[in-house]
Amino acid sequence: MKKFFLLSFIASFLMMGVAIAQNTTVNGKVTDESGNPIAGASVLVKGTKTGVNSDAQGNFSISAQANKVLEVIAIGYESRQVSTNAKSFLIVLKSDVRSLSEVVVTGFGGSLIKKELTGNIARVKGKDIEYMPTPSVDAALQGRAAGVFVNSQSGKLGQAVTVRIRGNSSISASSQPLYVLDGIPVTSGDQSTYGGDMNPLTDLNPNDIESIEVLKDASAGAIYGSRAANGVVLITTKRGRAGKTQITFNLQTGQSEATKRVRMLNSTEYNELAMEAAKYSDDEEGIDYTDPYSYTQYMKDIMSYHSFGEWDKDPSKSYDWQDQAFQKGQYRQADLQIRGGNDKTKFFSSFQHLDQGGTIVGNELSRTTGRLNVDQQANSWLDLGVSLSLSRTYNRRLPGDNAFSNPLQSAALLPMTPFYDPNTGLITGTPPGDVNVGLYFNPRIQIDYAKYAQDVYRTFGNTYFKAKLLPGLTFQSEFGLDFLSQNEERYYQTQTVRNTSSSTGEGTNTGAFVTNYNTNSYFNYTKVAGVHNFAATLGMQYQQSQAKYNSITGIGFPSDSYQKIASAATKSGGSSSQTDFRFLSYFLRTNYTFNEKYIVAASGRIDQSSRFGKNARTGFFPAISAGWILSNEKFLMDNKVISFLKARASYGIVGNSEIGNFPQMGLFTGDAGYAGAAGQRPSQLRNDDLKWETTSQLDAGIDFGLFNNRVTGEIDYYEKNTSGLLLNVNIPATTGFSSMVRNVGKLENKGFEFVLNTQNLIGAFKWTTSFNIALNRGKVTDIQGQVIEGGVGSMNRVMEGEAIGVFYTAEWAGVDPANGDALWYKNTKNADGTIDRTKTNVFSQATRVVTGNPNPDIILGLTNTFSFKGFDMSVFFNGVLGNENNIYGMGRYSSASMRYEDNQTYDQMARWQKPGDITNVPQARLFYNNGAQISSRYIVDGSYIRLRTASIGYTFDSKKLNKFKLEKLRVYVSGQNLLTFTKYPYWDPEVNADDFDSNIAKGSDFYTPPQPRTILFGVNINF
Amino acid sequence: MKIYNKTINKYLAAILFTSVLATACEKRLDVFPYQSISDDKALLSEGDVKVTLVGAYDGAQAVTVYGGDIMVMNELIGNGENINFTGTFAGLSDAFKAQMNANNSNALGTWSASYSTINRINNVLTAVDKVTSSTANKNSVEGEALFLRGSIYFELVRLYAKAVGDGDYATNPGVPLVLTPTGNVTDADYKARATVKAVYDQVIADLVKAESLLPSSNGVYATKWSAAAQLSRVYLALKNYTEAGAAANRVITGSGKTLATEVGKNWFTFINNGGTTPGEYLFSMKVTAQDGVNALNTYFGRTISTIAGTAGRSDCKIRPAHIAQYEDGDVRKTYFELSGGNYYTKKHLDRFGDVPVIRLSELYLTRAEANQRNNTSVGASPLSDVNAIRTRAGLPALSAVTLADILKERRLELAFEGQFLPDAKRTQTAVGTLAWNSPKLILPIPQREIDVNKQLVQNEGY
Repeated sequence: MKKFFLLSFIASFLMMGVAIAQNTTVNGKVTDESGNPIAGASVLVKGTKTGVNSDAQGNFSISAQANKVLEVIAIGYESRQVSTNAKSFLIVLKSDVRSLSEVVVTGFGGSLIKKELTGNIARVKGKDIEYMPTPSVDAALQGRAAGVFVNSQSGKLGQAVTVRIRGNSSISASSQPLYVLDGIPVTSGDQSTYGGDMNPLTDLNPNDIESIEVLKDASAGAIYGSRAANGVVLITTKRGRAGKTQITFNLQTGQSEATKRVRMLNSTEYNELAMEAAKYSDDEEGIDYTDPYSYTQYMKDIMSYHSFGEWDKDPSKSYDWQDQAFQKGQYRQADLQIRGGNDKTKFFSSFQHLDQGGTIVGNELSRTTGRLNVDQQANSWLDLGVSLSLSRTYNRRLPGDNAFSNPLQSAALLPMTPFYDPNTGLITGTPPGDVNVGLYFNPRIQIDYAKYAQDVYRTFGNTYFKAKLLPGLTFQSEFGLDFLSQNEERYYQTQTVRNTSSSTGEGTNTGAFVTNYNTNSYFNYTKVAGVHNFAATLGMQYQQSQAKYNSITGIGFPSDSYQKIASAATKSGGSSSQTDFRFLSYFLRTNYTFNEKYIVAASGRIDQSSRFGKNARTGFFPAISAGWILSNEKFLMDNKVISFLKARASYGIVGNSEIGNFPQMGLFTGDAGYAGAAGQRPSQLRNDDLKWETTSQLDAGIDFGLFNNRVTGEIDYYEKNTSGLLLNVNIPATTGFSSMVRNVGKLENKGFEFVLNTQNLIGAFKWTTSFNIALNRGKVTDIQGQVIEGGVGSMNRVMEGEAIGVFYTAEWAGVDPANGDALWYKNTKNADGTIDRTKTNVFSQATRVVTGNPNPDIILGLTNTFSFKGFDMSVFFNGVLGNENNIYGMGRYSSASMRYEDNQTYDQMARWQKPGDITNVPQARLFYNNGAQISSRYIVDGSYIRLRTASIGYTFDSKKLNKFKLEKLRVYVSGQNLLTFTKYPYWDPEVNADDFDSNIAKGSDFYTPPQPRTILFGVNINF
Repeated sequence: MKIYNKTINKYLAAILFTSVLATACEKRLDVFPYQSISDDKALLSEGDVKVTLVGAYDGAQAVTVYGGDIMVMNELIGNGENINFTGTFAGLSDAFKAQMNANNSNALGTWSASYSTINRINNVLTAVDKVTSSTANKNSVEGEALFLRGSIYFELVRLYAKAVGDGDYATNPGVPLVLTPTGNVTDADYKARATVKAVYDQVIADLVKAESLLPSSNGVYATKWSAAAQLSRVYLALKNYTEAGAAANRVITGSGKTLATEVGKNWFTFINNGGTTPGEYLFSMKVTAQDGVNALNTYFGRTISTIAGTAGRSDCKIRPAHIAQYEDGDVRKTYFELSGGNYYTKKHLDRFGDVPVIRLSELYLTRAEANQRNNTSVGASPLSDVNAIRTRAGLPALSAVTLADILKERRLELAFEGQFLPDAKRTQTAVGTLAWNSPKLILPIPQREIDVNKQLVQNEGY
């Protein structure tokens, strides 16, 4: 290599001699800082139209006069100017870490340099989430894009993730964003029939991702029309690059553990509290403690029975049942990526295998994926290409949080109950031992003697051709397919009889086949004429989705060795069903820049869908935006501090069409059989006017760069007004129906977003920081008097004037120091209109009020990266502040002053014991409800700041590696969820109990497994 | 530029292709569901109409309608003399104590499910012209639909409105009359309550026409005799004894049915008859393991370990005072199961038993009452009709009867079959401590309905 450089150097030098004052051919080579050639860099003679691109080896050759300036521009690098008289034509480009010159994908073949953007698009680079143990791409967005709130349901593997972009803009339709993978809207909704919602985005290998763009405002989203109200997430996968083939191999292995355990009572503490609670109840009812029917004796019997009598022998012997719920999960992942090509053919290919053990017993996930992306320049005017990803995801899933078989529910078992039955040596509660030992069903039995396996085969495929029609005008047509084929198998062995009543085995087998076809065809036109810069996109999109489901259940198996339905004596249930939807859309987007100062953009989309009523078949979604780059004006041109400043504003209308299939149709359903004859019945009322939910959004923002853009940032304010919300509106039952779906409700979201990126240190020791913070205030303004509630204890409520799903319940007022009674505020309205704030110990006297909000006030993310010589380090925190969670699900049993026999959380030891005690925990009263009533006692602060990911790595000097034929060798340690700062009393504040999760029911905790803390060791090798 | 010119036609072809694709797509937006069908395609053929009629039976079979709740409510409301209701369902226990409020869940459930069934029926009636295979088939479909609609309105007006004789039934509010299928919901669907008289007029019109259209036998479905039997009840409620007696006489003489030799043969459909409907039943709802629930069994039933197939919540314990009303030697006196220290009627122990709506015994008692009140002997004398019931129950024949005898016989013969409250109201007999016309014996119009539909007037006391 060195020789080659030297030769070209000399050659260039020699050539320069003859080049003076006349056009001559100039040769050079463009490389990055490590000496890798950069293909496709544009080399322009400044002030002329003469320009060429570098080839696959980075070489170029251009005809130029002496004393001219060559400008070399390549995406992702700082541009550089060199004189044609320069001594060296080896042009080394520095990687550009300043986000302003990033190119942002805008959809349908469009892209813009960030500084020319007039809408709000957040970009997450694939590199930032590479090789992190984030199971799916949506989870990886957490904290990395301002205004994007990400909340996992739980620490179960492959579970659904809630993503809210700029707040929650729907009550009954989906509030999840639209995910578009390489131009195809993909299936992202749950397809499973068991446990919580699964996440179909798990089938995508996150390491295949080049970038993720989040289209947040209406101007960015309008090109997705009726599907953009919840935001659009554009995922672009890596593609080939001309140049030497790069082979990257990454191996990482490590271990996961639950982030936290809840301190429950041990046997001694439990006994103390239980005896005290029983004593109260005996005293209250005047029962002698020694009476065999006394509460005291009852509790003693319970402790004896549920410990196989061992408690009588050794009352201090204690078992922490969370030991039976949690495990250390092993993590192994291998990735191979091969990337390369020449100027005609470019390819990217990847393989991945992941084995991940859950931190909850019985949970495991494995994924195998392969991808090949190829781009071919067929001739001077035609490009074509294909992307293909195949994957298989196997998930051994866990029951829903609300199931007795949820392993974490074993926390409620008595601490004196041993893990194993001393009589049989088997897990406590397993036949032939006493199945009723264990206060509740021992979930461990279901882990060992039942199985739930989910297998998903997924294909993402996309082919395209792109024709250059005229200078600046291209036509691209794409055909994409997303095929999801899922099989779920469940089998309950006879040992689970206490929970399932299946004394002869029970098996279920279900299938889901979801296909999504999509075609895009569009023209892209760009024209630069002097100071005028014009770009336009015009096209159409058609999407067709079909989902087929089937299931069969059998009972009565010869033995547990036979687990397929073929062996079932009785096929007790079966079904098949299908549902489809289609979209046909036309879109236009234009962008005009004058003199690099003034930018106006307009876009619009016409959407037609099978989901809309016949009077509302077609929707039009327009948006306009404008920007002014002040820093290009004379008065700021030479400003020493402000290197970039742009003001921008956008307004537009987008829709939400995730309203289910066929909500507009009048329907008959064939499920109304009688006495063995088949029958049908009218099942849904027609609403020919039914349509999408409409969101108008105003966004105003400033993008700035300071100190030669070492500090860059964005400030945004937005207002989103959603109208035509789909609500189930009550109608007179005399019509034969109780409700019908209408577009009637209204809500709004307003917020601020702030992004700051700084290069704190440059030079040998580099330190960069990126910070984002967002505030959102959501408010429901009109629901036409409907009562809409959900969540654990139906505490989440939709109310006019409040955020969606606020906690509406009696207000807890602590404990009466005089007698240990639980107290609540009355909160009834006085005659004069004031609120009665007297406390009462009579629960029914307390009026329900809004006592919390599951939606955060503030979400933030902070990333610091450091590098010095071979060392690199990255530390990423994310925070969610100002939200409340609902712990009533477990609290009413386990933080309940011994209302029932359930083991209690340790905080219950701080109970009231004697007059004068000041505490927030009422007196323990067995089988008396003293404070376990549904109230704000169980609405707790869910704020947290979490050290989400951190990594430290060392890259060996490439020179030393040459003899091993390696280009790069990096070893690293990375971790996830290493630290959590929170006041939350239970396992994990980042929670949405899966069995209760819905649009309006957020923040419920129901023995919900916490996020895993994962530590990985990895090695990354480039050949 | 030359290259471009040469090949431009190709591009144009590509563009054209895309636009053709686009227009072709437009038609593809008409997508239909698979498990359901569009309402405009649901009632196009004779088959469609017939399956919708089955759907109407399915609606009537709802637990809250003829699945049994209507009968249960008619037995429970205020009936502390005969029953000790110990169940935990608030809707029923409030009804039992005659302390209902406007949010009573049973009041809402029966209301909603009844009107849902009426909408199914109205769909059948609107499309009945599609039944073209034979006039007999068309008549049967129309007759069955009218029978169901007339029957349900009759039940509703008795449950939710003042009884005939309590004030002026021509002005008292009854229930809303909906006679056409619901399409788009408009202001016209926010209906006021029709008068009690208007509802009865509709009930009679439906049932009279049903009787004329229906066949004499019709499998498990309604027959001419079902309609005539229901009509006899309607006329009794209206105190039109001539018509009541005539209708009862048509059933007794025309249906070909005879009284079962033993009282017990009228029950335990599934256990005794292998699922065949007892011969005395003129109309009942079928219950099978796959379909339907017998609500009379749910609340009156109890699992008796010695009788296979029994089930129930043991909610309705029969008071010894009730049993004491039967004469010694009456087979019906022993038709109670003593279990756990309480008596349960044996009529409703069978989990999969038919839910009886009306059976032949009642028609004998109706004819007797009508003849007695009119001093006539249409079909037979009151004495012979009452004795027919008595001797079947193992009792000696009487030599003379009074109206009180007939009413007592009716009370005992039809005990716990849903006639307690309607008979008390029509005979103006006090219910416990409440007068026969106490507002507490009338269900509330469901609060939900009052909230949604401003046209509705609430009943007194709610």
